[in-house]
Parts: sequence; structure tokens; C-alpha cells
Amino acid sequence: MAKKPHHTPNLDQLESGPWPSFVTGLKRLAKDKDQAVDLLGQLETSYQTKKGYWKGGTVGVFGYGGGVIPRFTELKDEKGEPIYKDAAEFHTLRVMPPPGMHYDTDTLRKFCDIWEKHGSGLIAFHGQSGDIMFQGATTENVQKAFDEINEMGFDLGGAGPAVRTSMSCVGAARCEQSCYNEAKVHRAVLNTFTDDIHRPSLPYKFKFKFSGCPNDCMNSIQRADMAVIGTWRDNMRTDDELGKKWFAKHGMNELVNDVVARCPTKAIQIKDIKNVRKDAHISSVKLNDTQALEVDNKDCVRCMHCVNVMTGALAPGKDKGATILVGGKSHLKIGGLMGTVILPFIKLDTDEDIEKLVDFAQRTIDFFAENALEHERTGEMIERIGLANFLDAMEVDVDPNMVTSPRMNPYVRTDGWDEEVAKINAKKKQAA
Amino acid sequence: MSQPQMRRPVECGVPDNQKYLHPVLAKNYGNWKYHDRPRPGVLHHVSHSGDQVWSVRAGTQRQMDVYTIRKLCDIADKFAESRVRFTIRSNIEFIVSDEKKVAPLVAELEKNGFPVGGTGNSVTMIAHTQGWLHCDIPGTDASGVVKSLMDELIHEFKHEEMPNRVHLSTSCCEINCGGQADLAIIVQHTKPPKINHDLVANVCERPAVVARCPVAAIRPAMVNGKPSLEVDEAKCVCCGACYPPCPPMQINDPEYSKLAIWVGGKNSNARGKPTFMKMVASGLPNNPPRWTEAAEVVKKILYTYKEDARPWERMADWIDRIGWPRFFEKTGLPFTKYLVDDWRGSRANLNASAHIRF
Repeated sequence: MAKKPHHTPNLDQLESGPWPSFVTGLKRLAKDKDQAVDLLGQLETSYQTKKGYWKGGTVGVFGYGGGVIPRFTELKDEKGEPIYKDAAEFHTLRVMPPPGMHYDTDTLRKFCDIWEKHGSGLIAFHGQSGDIMFQGATTENVQKAFDEINEMGFDLGGAGPAVRTSMSCVGAARCEQSCYNEAKVHRAVLNTFTDDIHRPSLPYKFKFKFSGCPNDCMNSIQRADMAVIGTWRDNMRTDDELGKKWFAKHGMNELVNDVVARCPTKAIQIKDIKNVRKDAHISSVKLNDTQALEVDNKDCVRCMHCVNVMTGALAPGKDKGATILVGGKSHLKIGGLMGTVILPFIKLDTDEDIEKLVDFAQRTIDFFAENALEHERTGEMIERIGLANFLDAMEVDVDPNMVTSPRMNPYVRTDGWDEEVAKINAKKKQAA
Repeated sequence: MSQPQMRRPVECGVPDNQKYLHPVLAKNYGNWKYHDRPRPGVLHHVSHSGDQVWSVRAGTQRQMDVYTIRKLCDIADKFAESRVRFTIRSNIEFIVSDEKKVAPLVAELEKNGFPVGGTGNSVTMIAHTQGWLHCDIPGTDASGVVKSLMDELIHEFKHEEMPNRVHLSTSCCEINCGGQADLAIIVQHTKPPKINHDLVANVCERPAVVARCPVAAIRPAMVNGKPSLEVDEAKCVCCGACYPPCPPMQINDPEYSKLAIWVGGKNSNARGKPTFMKMVASGLPNNPPRWTEAAEVVKKILYTYKEDARPWERMADWIDRIGWPRFFEKTGLPFTKYLVDDWRGSRANLNASAHIRF
């Protein structure tokens, strides 16, 4: 039995309504835990004053420099004593999830038992970077909880200027659009950087995210310093049976309005079957006995729209891999930046392929560590030094896939032009 | 007395997920052929091997107590071979390989208060942050805002009636941890920070704070004989970037920290390239416990979109077609001068054409 609950008129109003209530959950915890009672007390105060009352500090586990988010209450009386003393320390452990966030119930129940014993009993699945957030441990209990979680085979995630916890989509485990083994690549990359995850010493945070196709369910372009987005470079695969089934259900109006007209590069045409082009870069799928959809794969940008609408009838090709974009981040400090293409296509089929990505990631982080200013994200660094300089350092050849258009102003010194052309021609010759 | 022996961490990194996969997922890994949606909240995936699975998706409160998690585990043990997975938006998924289990599983989830939905062209769960519950710099709460909005939008979560999927996010400060979304609610401070000059010298690394300001509005100063910082209030854009490294520069204000609404963020490459969201409303009061004023604007935008957009148009696609003047006309939102971008690169956001819709 815990102590008497505080009066929480504001929070009480969040118990009604059809959506699951975190307040009801906290109140259930508050039946047994004084910490939850006082957490509700402090939160109710915030609802009344519209102010936050947590401050950070330094709390960690032995051997690591990050992964714990310390929280101490700032809500104190005239004597400087915490008003809600049992929630005066309310630290979070960030724990890295398995790729795709799959769990068995045995694991979840063990998490619950550990957190009931050492923490508040409140766990968030998941934080915005993908961590399982065990919320609400006292300073004394952080180490005990971590030891038990770590014994289960789970490890702390990143915090501060570190490589951060990553996320990957459900991917190959259950999605027909998956273009690489997201879980394997996620682990291969992240587990190379455990030192940079656990001991924050970079200029600022560095995030990886892994999406299996250009639908980018992990939001990687907008949020990841390095986005690994699955794609393919051969022809779209098709299935006539599913094509006919789709057309029978949806009809010509939907086909024209929702599929053909929405192709961003006008790569799709409706043709009589006998007129479908036979070129090597053409895919086609039958709609009925006389008509077919023709896709010119040279024009297609792999946006995924038609594949999403006609799932199975149209599908990613077989020569799969990923596009790597670098520099995505949110507003602070110079405004939001999307990741931009650095490697238009890499294979990720074999261990050797994956090793190449890991090497690229390693070199990117090494360069970032050496060259970024304090509190500067990768995208800001690239904007400051120019993409060409970053490519030079990464030993990546410039490629028109990296730009929306060539330069729109003449303010550049081009006296190295002939030399660059000679280099490109020499490389072409070597490759031939 | 000797120090107690500390346990060294096992630096095991990201765990392997293979043992957590539903057996049919493990068997058909990388071999899925297509999927369809037999009803809202249920995905049906078919493998090239002929195997099939049904995934039932339900909403959670994200910040879950152990009793809620154990209840979800009980349901997984009963129906879903003791496996679950979570989506990026904190929905939980139960996977079954027998179609007959779908309806009883849906009923069991609903009975226990977990709404089934969030698939396809629905409004799915809101990506949310920590807020007053746990953040050290929040302008508002997160879980409460999400709970209030999802209560209002429950029909749209449980039905697939929107033109395309709708992603929402909330963020308790302008750092925007909630991320890009079709529609986002983000704190927008409207006054410069209030500085407690007695504390700055002891708490803040002053050069680092000066460097953090995006408009170079902060400079070192002696105030009342103490080394402190001062803000050029004419330059200050009230972003709050100085507050995390220097808590004595309080940016949160019960009255002047407002809520802004942003629309049209899209991470997918489908159709157009990914887009960032744009601010379309601001000055909304930060009004717990149910944030009704912000919710009204959210609903107005969502239902205008629902009514007016064509199939497969995301919020950004819809606005691309109808144009911004009609967006403001149809939603009834005022287009003020504060919505004209003046940040770096802003000329790209001006209309450099004679393209006007009449």
C-alpha cells in the first residue's frame, strides 16, 4: 500500500474518453508506489501552473558515460525541500530495442518485473529515437535496474553528443516492399559504434535510421544523419494474376486517377497488350485480357506510389540494395534539413556489402568527429564546408543523383575543370 | 573498507530480433508477396510460400504502467504465440496465422480498452514526446495532449475514411522531437527568455550559450556586478535554443508560450519528394487538461482535408493541388504576415510566377 493520493483534478479529466489513459495507468501504480503518488502530484502541479519542474544532472551506470537521462525535481518549498519527495529523483534508462521492435511476452514480463522492483513501473514503448524508456528510477536504483536489464541481453542507448539508438522498420520480417535485411544491417552498423553510443564524445548527436523502401516508415530522410533507404535498380516485378484481380475490383477510373496520373515521372502508360514495348527496361502487368499497364523503369524514380496502391501486382525488383542519404536533422540551429543523396545505390546482400556500408559510416563519423563544430549536426557541417569537400573526404565521386539541378549561379572558380574532366574520363576508361 | 565490486556492463549493443519474431514471420523472412486490409486495424500479408498472417493493430498510451503491459502480454499469450511488435507510433501489433483468431482478438483488445485501428488511410496514433511528465525543458505536456486529441479522433483511428494516411505529432518545444507530420502541434514561444542573472554565471557555460543562438542575439554582459548574458530582444526569435544549455534563461511562460499548428510534412517518397511541414496557425493557448482550442483547429483542418482531398492525396499533396490561398479559405484560418518565411533560403518559398488560382 502506498501513501494517500494527492488531489489531481486536472489529471482526473484525462481518465475519461475512449483512448487508453496514461493517468489511469499512473494511478494504478500509485496504489503500491509512493513514487507514482508523488509523480502524479508534481504532474498535476504542472497542469495547474503550466510549468515543467525537472532538471537534468549527472547519473549513470558504471562503465558508461551516457544512456541515462537524469531527472531531479525543482519543485521545492521555501526551505529548499522537494514538495513531492518520493518523486524527487525520476531518472530514465534508455534501452535499445531489437530491430523492428519485436518482443516475446517473456521478455516484456521480465522488463516489467525489473521495473516494478527497481523503478516506478512506467515504461514507454518507445521514445522518438526508438529507445525503450524505463522511466522513473532513483539514483540508487539506476545501476541495479541496468544490471538486470543488461543480463537479459539488452544494452543502453545513446544520449548527448553520441551515436544514438536507431530504428528499423518491420521490413523483411513482414513487408513485401523490403529491399534489404534491415535488422541485420541495423545491428551491423550500430554494434560497430557501441563505444560511441555509450561514451558521448562527438561534436553532437549522430543518428542512423533504416527503412526498407522509399516509403521510409522510419522517417529517416528528415531525422537521420545517415539514412539507409532500401531501393532496387532493375525492373519492377509484376504479377498478372494480382493485376487482373486489382483491376476487376477497382476499375479504370481508379487506375487512371489513382495510379497513372499520380506517377511523379509519368513512367506509366495504359496500353493494349499487343502494343506493350518489348525493351529490356519495360515492366508490364495485365489488367484484363486486352489491356496492360506499362512501366518504363528508366523513367521510374522508385517513389513507391504505384507499388503501394497495387501491392503484389507491382513489386520492387530483384536487384535490391539501398540509397544512403546524409545530413537530415530537425530545426535547431539553422532550420530543418533533409538528408541528401551521398551513395545513390549500394548492394547490401552479403556480409562484404554490409561491411562497405559500415566502413562508410565509420569514415563519416570519423570526419564528423574531426571537423564538426561543437553542437553542429552532420547536415550543418556539410552545408558549411560544401558537399564537394565532404565527398572528397569520403572519397566518393560526385554524381548528378546528388543534386536537384546543377548550379544556378556563376560564382565558382572553375580553373580545375579540365583536370576534373580528365579524371572522370580516366575512370570511365578504367571501368570499361 | 574496500569498495564494493562494480559489475562491468556487457556491451552487447542492439539485440538480435530473430527469437522475438512470430514463427510464421521468421519462416517467411524476406519472402512476402503482397498484403491487403480486410478491415481497419487488420493487415493481411501473403508470402510467396503461400503462408499468410493477419496483424491486428491497437493503440496504446505509450507511457505504459506494468499492469497494462502485462495485460497486453496476456492477450499475446492467448492469441498470438506470445509475440508482439510495436510500430514507430507506439501502436502494438499482434500477429496470428489463423484467420479465425482475428475477430476474437479484436474483441479482446477492445474489451480491454485498446482501440483497434491505425492502419491504411486512418488517423494513426500521434507521435509524442515527454512533456511535463519527464522533459527538463517542456513548454507543455505531451501524453495529455495526445490522450485528449486521440479521444477526439477515435473514429478516425478506428475507420479508414481519410484520403490517405494521416500522421500527427506533438512537440513540447520548438526542438520538435515529435518530428515531421501531416499535422503537428508545436509549442511556439512568443516572448524572449526571462533571465535570472543571479544564476547564469554559476550554471551556464556562457560562450556555448552565445554560440547556440541562431540569430546571434545573445551576448555576455555584467549585470548587477555579476557576469551574465543579455538578449537583444529586437533580434530574438524566441526559439528557446538558449534554454537547455542555460536553464536560468527561462523561455517557458504560462501565458506567452503558445501552440502553433503545422501541416504538410511527409517522409515518404511516394508521389512527390519528402516535404517539411509548414506553419499555418499560431497563438493558440496552451490550455490543459484538454487543450480544446488547439483541438478545434486540428479537427477543422483534418475534416476539411477529409472532405476535400482526393484518394491517395496526403495533406501535402492536397495543398499542392488546391493551393495555399484555398487552404486558408477552406479552413478559415487567418494568413498573417508571420507565416511568410524570412529565414535563410526563404526566397524559395515565395511565389516567383504568375501562377494564381482564381
